Amino acid sequence: MHPITTIHYLVLSAALLLVGTVGILTRRNIVIILMSIELILNAVNINLVAFSHTLHNINGQVFAIFVICDAVAEAAVGLGILIALFRNRETVQADEIDLLKW
Amino acid sequence: MLIDTILFYIFAVLVLGGGILTITRRSAIHSAISLIVSLLGVAGLYLLQQAEFLFAVQIVLYVGGIMVLFLFVIMLVNLDQAAHERQFSRGWTVALAATAAVGAEIGYFLYRGKDAFQIASNGGQQAVQALGNTEMIADSLFSEYLLPFEIASVLLLVAVVGSVMMAKKRV
Repeated sequence: MHPITTIHYLVLSAALLLVGTVGILTRRNIVIILMSIELILNAVNINLVAFSHTLHNINGQVFAIFVICDAVAEAAVGLGILIALFRNRETVQADEIDLLKW
Repeated sequence: MLIDTILFYIFAVLVLGGGILTITRRSAIHSAISLIVSLLGVAGLYLLQQAEFLFAVQIVLYVGGIMVLFLFVIMLVNLDQAAHERQFSRGWTVALAATAAVGAEIGYFLYRGKDAFQIASNGGQQAVQALGNTEMIADSLFSEYLLPFEIASVLLLVAVVGSVMMAKKRV
């Protein structure tokens, strides 16, 4: 068994990013699209912490805290928009909300 | 060293398995629970890399805060009808092809650059850790990154006011 290096964390982070991207692009349910965004932000955090650990520099973890802060704000506003949307349109499917399309 | 390797693979399976279940389950509740598994796996990876503060933040904030918010909204919004409809959008083949192209690009980049990362990890001198992890983060956050920290607090205030405004019935 090889010891775990930075490249292992980067490959895992890239895989998680791709899983999140597939979720955003293919799912119709808006709640699950928001969850996929959380997956992508976590992939970014794995990357930041891996480089912080490798380079013995704490700033990567500080940036990860800022990313978590953004994720909280995004989830709160996104779910608020979702509730307002459901109240007006009675649907949570992303492709049925096409008021601005022609 | 061996236990680190085994733990890394356990957490990696948790992260990726939870992520894949999140985007494939029909029921939104099942997706949310799979996402909790994935986020706990990420927390374990933080602990493996001596990021103890982020480990605690990940569990308290993500698993305890954001996921409760998600579950609350899932209960509030009626998803029963959505669970019986088509789950994937019509252009899913195009989406998968585009993601596979991006994945091939990232994979090629990581394959070509893996030696550079290994040199960086072995060449760095082991820093003397006089301070704890939380203390070092606090030092950096409250001195070097003080202005971004304050801006982040304004962002959170705007998000709180905005989400209340969005979810209110009559403004």
